[in-house]
Amino acid sequence: MRALTYHGTLDVRVDTVPDPEIVNPRDAIIEITSTAICGSDLHLYDGVIPGVQKGDILGHEFMGRVVDVGPGSTLQKGQRVVVPFTISCGGCFFCQLGQFSGCDNSNPVEKQDATEATYGHALTGMFGYSHLTGGYPGGQAQYARVPFSDVGPIVVPDGVDDELVLFLSDILPTGWMAAENAQIQPGDTVAVWGCGPVGLFAVQSSLIMGAEQVIAIDHHPHRLDLARSLGAEVIDYTQTHVLEALMEMTGGIGPDAVIDAVGMESHGFAPDNLLDTLKQKVLPGTDRGHVLRMALMAVRKGGRVSIPGVYGGFVDKFPMGALMQKGIQIRTGQTHVQRYTRDLLNRIMEGQIDTTFLISHRLPLEEAATGYRNFRDNQNEWTKVVLKP
Amino acid sequence: MTRTSMSRSSTRIAVPLALAGAAVAVYYLSQQSRTSHPPDSAPGRTAKQSWFGDYKVAGRSVTIAAPRQELFQRWTDPAQLGRFMENVRAVEEGPDGTWRWTVSGPIGTEVRLVTRIVEARKAEFIAWRSVEGSEIEAEGKVFFRDAPAGRGTVVEAIIAYQPPGGTVGHWIAKAFRADPRMQGRHELKRLKMLVETGEIATSANRREERT
Repeated sequence: MRALTYHGTLDVRVDTVPDPEIVNPRDAIIEITSTAICGSDLHLYDGVIPGVQKGDILGHEFMGRVVDVGPGSTLQKGQRVVVPFTISCGGCFFCQLGQFSGCDNSNPVEKQDATEATYGHALTGMFGYSHLTGGYPGGQAQYARVPFSDVGPIVVPDGVDDELVLFLSDILPTGWMAAENAQIQPGDTVAVWGCGPVGLFAVQSSLIMGAEQVIAIDHHPHRLDLARSLGAEVIDYTQTHVLEALMEMTGGIGPDAVIDAVGMESHGFAPDNLLDTLKQKVLPGTDRGHVLRMALMAVRKGGRVSIPGVYGGFVDKFPMGALMQKGIQIRTGQTHVQRYTRDLLNRIMEGQIDTTFLISHRLPLEEAATGYRNFRDNQNEWTKVVLKP
Repeated sequence: MTRTSMSRSSTRIAVPLALAGAAVAVYYLSQQSRTSHPPDSAPGRTAKQSWFGDYKVAGRSVTIAAPRQELFQRWTDPAQLGRFMENVRAVEEGPDGTWRWTVSGPIGTEVRLVTRIVEARKAEFIAWRSVEGSEIEAEGKVFFRDAPAGRGTVVEAIIAYQPPGGTVGHWIAKAFRADPRMQGRHELKRLKMLVETGEIATSANRREERT
């Protein structure tokens, strides 16, 4: 089959690789009909996530048709499914609690040592996201092997367009959980850093959950326009003093909740970020924490900080004093996708949530490398790329 | 005052200061080792000193969502053991209740171990020991306890062994990722996967790639 593989920093290519097959009893093989490039794939593309090897198939947002099943799968050949990016067994302590992205049993044993040493506990398996999370071949390909196919994939009815439901695989539940982690109360103001796909879905979700005011922060005019069209007020950080503006737009109180939908590769020319950028190029495992620092400074006393943005290593100059002295709560984590897919599918079918506004480009899988390059370098226009194998 | 005399006078202050500092450090360290701390609640294998005479002690606990009886049964069935103990190349029940193990060692070596269960209580614990003719001196215990709040069973496996080659042998084994501590951790995780999911996770895309 054809698949998008990693060859090195800023070097991905579509290669011919062996087709996947059923390996474990609960597996299914999916023929992929649509797959997307995620903002977090750019962290792999930029080479800031360790444990990615040459030849690894990337991609964790995909859907398609079931073409083969193991004896333990509950899927049937021919069904259309969207596949969550986290791989979860459904039976361990964490899955039973609904903390699917904490599954103990999906990261192969021999791959668990690295993160057990660096994070204190082994990470859960994920598709196409380095060997730290299992080294599972990803979904930017013609076919994918889906382990625990009786737990993860959600069946979608025939006749529903791929683009309506594809983002159930990651970014829609991720934006939703980001808003849930912000614990929004009626009347709240929520500030969202980053108007990428997750940030925009967090804006949309916050408004559905009853936020009075949502303020979105970015620097790309088109992305700010998308946030505005969803009902947010916007701040362009290249024009405005963000902290001062947030105080003035909230009657001197500060936002009740803030969402960092940027993560470890924040942009801009603030002194701390320039220093972090230099350090990140020299030292692996150092993240650029500019947005997180701003978010902690901006949030009101006793406020909530939600972090859907991806971090992988260490952040220094962390405003621990602001966190403690202001009594701030932080909630974060990889998305428990399986917890949200059914509810969000219903909201899509009822027309409450539309995700198609985000898609700016549709490319054949063969042109995936072009998609990566533009999604990284031309973020104003390239807001979301869907690949067709 | 000339520059020379200045530096001489600072030396005159620095040397006694350094000596005083060293004296304080020595006194502090000697007091530390002399103060006897009462034992804490932590398992002995987590002590900073993990050698007990010639024996190295390692152990690991894992919580598995299954009843004690089932896990005890799997642990005492050689056919089941082979499924999750992947460094065990072969295990057979010998005469007179001994078990003969062929275990992968570092750098492609094999170690033969002959063990006997010295004590066992059904669904509670197994204690075993190497017997004459074994290439390693080792003994171990496996405990099965109810986990709190219906979380299943805590399986705790402890091994005390004389690493072949002593301290050097231990570090060689560690370097080649074949020391019992790491193998034990992997085996318990595989058992957990097998019991909780019915399979052992792999990212291999094809059956022949599976290691």
